[in-house]
Amino acid sequence: MTDITSAETAVSITVDGKKVTAKPGELLIDACERNGTYIPRFCHHSRMQPVGMCRMCLVEIDTGRGPALQPSCMIECSNEMVVDTQSKKTIKAQEGVLEFLLINHPLDCPICDKGGECPLQDQTMAFGPGESRFIEEKRTYRKPIPVNENVFLDRERCVLCDRCTRFADQVAGDSLIHFIDRGNKTQVNTYPDQPFSSYFSGNTVQICPVGALTAAPFRFKARPWDLTEVESTSTFDSVGNRISVQESRDRVLRFTGVDSDSVNWGWLTDKERFIFEAYSNENRLSGPLTTNEVAEGSQKHAVATSWSEAYEKFVKAINETTPERIAVIGGSRLTNEAQYIWSKIAKGIIGTDNVDAQLDDGFSPEVLLSLNPSTIDKTCKPGGVIILLGADPKEELGALYLRLRHAILQDQCKLIELTPTKTGLSQLATHSIRVPPGKTLEAVKALSGEPSELEDDILKELTKVQKIIKNNDSISVLLGRTSLAETSSIVEEGAIKLQEYLPKASFLPLLRRGNINGAIDMGLSPGLLPGRCDLEEGSDKLQNYWPTCPTHKGFKTKEMFEAATDGQIDVLILLAADPIMDFPDSQLVQEALDRIETVIAVDIFATDSVLQADIVLAAATATEIEGSFTNLEGRISPIRKSVTPPGTARPDWMIALDLVQYLVPNLGPSTFKELCEEISLVSGIHKDFDFSKVEQIDKEGVVLNRGKNKTQTSLIKIPKQKANSFRLVVTRSMYDKGVLSAHSSALKGLAPGSRIKANPKDMEKLGITSDSTVRLIGLKGEIQTRLTPDPETTRGTIHALWNQDGPDIRKLIDSSLPVNDLKIEKI
Amino acid sequence: MAFFNEENEEIAKEIVGRYPVARSALIPLLHLAQEQEGWITKPAMEQIAELTDTTSVEVLGTGTFYEMFKFHPVGKYLIKVCTNISCQLLGADELFEHVKTALDVEEGSTTEDGLFTFEEAECVAACTEAPCFTVNYRYFHRATPELFDEVVVDLKAGESPLSKGCADDQGVMPKHGTLSRVRQQIPKTRSAGIKHPEEIKGPPSWIEEVV
Repeated sequence: MTDITSAETAVSITVDGKKVTAKPGELLIDACERNGTYIPRFCHHSRMQPVGMCRMCLVEIDTGRGPALQPSCMIECSNEMVVDTQSKKTIKAQEGVLEFLLINHPLDCPICDKGGECPLQDQTMAFGPGESRFIEEKRTYRKPIPVNENVFLDRERCVLCDRCTRFADQVAGDSLIHFIDRGNKTQVNTYPDQPFSSYFSGNTVQICPVGALTAAPFRFKARPWDLTEVESTSTFDSVGNRISVQESRDRVLRFTGVDSDSVNWGWLTDKERFIFEAYSNENRLSGPLTTNEVAEGSQKHAVATSWSEAYEKFVKAINETTPERIAVIGGSRLTNEAQYIWSKIAKGIIGTDNVDAQLDDGFSPEVLLSLNPSTIDKTCKPGGVIILLGADPKEELGALYLRLRHAILQDQCKLIELTPTKTGLSQLATHSIRVPPGKTLEAVKALSGEPSELEDDILKELTKVQKIIKNNDSISVLLGRTSLAETSSIVEEGAIKLQEYLPKASFLPLLRRGNINGAIDMGLSPGLLPGRCDLEEGSDKLQNYWPTCPTHKGFKTKEMFEAATDGQIDVLILLAADPIMDFPDSQLVQEALDRIETVIAVDIFATDSVLQADIVLAAATATEIEGSFTNLEGRISPIRKSVTPPGTARPDWMIALDLVQYLVPNLGPSTFKELCEEISLVSGIHKDFDFSKVEQIDKEGVVLNRGKNKTQTSLIKIPKQKANSFRLVVTRSMYDKGVLSAHSSALKGLAPGSRIKANPKDMEKLGITSDSTVRLIGLKGEIQTRLTPDPETTRGTIHALWNQDGPDIRKLIDSSLPVNDLKIEKI
Repeated sequence: MAFFNEENEEIAKEIVGRYPVARSALIPLLHLAQEQEGWITKPAMEQIAELTDTTSVEVLGTGTFYEMFKFHPVGKYLIKVCTNISCQLLGADELFEHVKTALDVEEGSTTEDGLFTFEEAECVAACTEAPCFTVNYRYFHRATPELFDEVVVDLKAGESPLSKGCADDQGVMPKHGTLSRVRQQIPKTRSAGIKHPEEIKGPPSWIEEVV
């Protein structure tokens, strides 16, 4: 950012007799606020285009033609501008506007959820006339109408500021609420029977300057002045949005977005906003569990136990086998600190390298480390080119989608999509190219001018893309999985090739799970140690702190399950992982779990996988712990404790520190502070970072410098698609059957359900309609379903959503294959 | 679930084609929809949204701003009586009451046979010819209850009352919703050739012309 005060273009204005400096093109209302003069407003919001709807910000402005009342949210600062925010005329105008706004606004503040944090209430107190001359009857409407499942609208409270409707249209791109009627009857509403179904609808509640829009989970729950607030980080996805966690009587009641310049700009997805309901769900695990010693062959039965007994059982299970027969899966829900200490338990104490935080739905850390790192700001640099390799940001990383949307629409960024399916950004893309599944590398080859086996029309489009790339020196790549039914190598190879072709391009990995980036930094990945260094290079540093260290690279999650089915794994530790639900190949997981002697789960809910565990350790969740989070940029920000965990559930780091003592008595660290210090000592990338002072970091966080390694991947061979076969593409949608959504009343009904899509031309050729049931046959299994015709689905592919109600798509996925081709049979 | 009939759908597409941005055609298409059905129905709004690349609620929001778009069924003839000051001074109140009894309807409602809808109008800008009433926005000046009765007799008989109107019009009275009896035809050769805003570099073309 340039220093505006010394910039040659800076503008000098006078506000209430005081000379101040404004940025060129800055709105007067913002310039005044930045310099300490607050001008009242309702419609103005610094993250949206100005409209001048409410007239509250009228001030006297003199640009050389004499003073005149003008709305300061619509006026850009110009040199020598003289502003009077306190003049008689200004005060009279502002009082008048407030009196008009209050004509139809009910004075129901005592029963209004906004009361106590209401800009209308506050500004009426500060700038209002004190009395109304209006004695007539106020306008009334039917009390709240739902604009969607979670947002309610009390129309009589609305002051028509246009914030929610502008947000829907400009920011979210879901123009489903609008001003309807005119004059005195003007109201915000949806189209009849078409709810405001936006992934971002909760933001309208947050920016509503009156109590017109309220969120169902917070309605009548608490008064704002009874809430205790801490600023924290949303751990739900890897963007790491800044949030304010608000609690009353030891119960979290609300998440709101905090405006962080470099991350989320105050916006949250509804999923992140309402997920807190799951944290206080009564079905949370509240203490350790263990299975009864029952007769062989009968069902396992979980009973409550004490922590010490659970720990002893844990140690016994570990000691009864050898390190290489122990596996650890998961860890992306944990804080950085907990990840480190679990990494130490697995690799430094037990001595196994079979540790993987990714469930075969991400990328190999070696590949990520070999690419130029990027940040969200760098990706969204005005005028730059953004290349999307896979994954739909709108469905997977909502807040990032909003930033990208803004970059494309307002900052002249060009988006190039190289994906097998249409995404939420396709409409805005300069070139949206449907690369057939498995052909990412071919597309990148074509871009770099090498011969490629793609079809002519795609090649033609790619030639146009080449020109755009050549003329731009700010190129960012969004690297995500194009499909969960194919190996990660497909995109990885494309990314490595792209980096070779464009050495200056930077990459933002769209790994989606919470703190997955922290997990990789802390060594929860095969072949890696804390600090993202490999086993050889890192072991020296650890010598003084870790009793042992694995020497050979261990298994990835998929390999662990494969080994387990061969009887090579005795103990499996699940760190908040639910492979039965989340691993693409569900049959492999079940076969593996059946063979494993002892399954140990650390989790907050009794998920399908936890139900099969022998020892369950109940953990605390994001609102109940102190710690830090690393987002997809490598930005560390604090997670702060707001409430106490249920029962005797403990923070993950505490469980791990206890276990360290049970496994190796007197081995450090023994306190949280020592733990923080040890990370900085052993991890190269964290050496300048003080984890014990993480709460002092401001809302922008601190971006780690992770460096860059060289890597080589061996080319995998993608089998040619046979005639009459269909390649399976599986993508995620915002809402699915995930365990947290299922335990949040606001979110559980929102999953779209299974819809397996095919191109109508393919369906016609096979003689099937949307009414006919077909059999989809993969190598490992088959399902019966109906197909939805969708012209956007590429010919020769079947597109399905991950983890939805309906036929289990995972039966068709064999994770040992690079791609999964299906046969369709008519029944 | 298309609303427009085949002929009108062609016209709608032609109208959309006149503009560099499809949403500019929103209001012309609302007129076309009202011409076909007499009022704006839900299927109409949904199809207009599709044609103009907007959402249904944007169509509803835009349409409801304008008084002349009706979002409820309207009779074949929409009768509006001006009751503003000039008309009122010259007998609008009597005319208003007369219309109510003659048609046996309340203001704002439609006769049982679906022929007439009666509404009170704000000033129709014909104060020199007060009092005034309009039928489907065609003016009748210096109106008397007798003139109104004659017009109703004509309409009920299926004849055009327009010769009794102010414009000395011998033509037929179109049903409500028809803006003009002559369809606007703009051949491609006469299109204004407006560029998409994003394609315009530099000052607007009219500035260049002035200079």
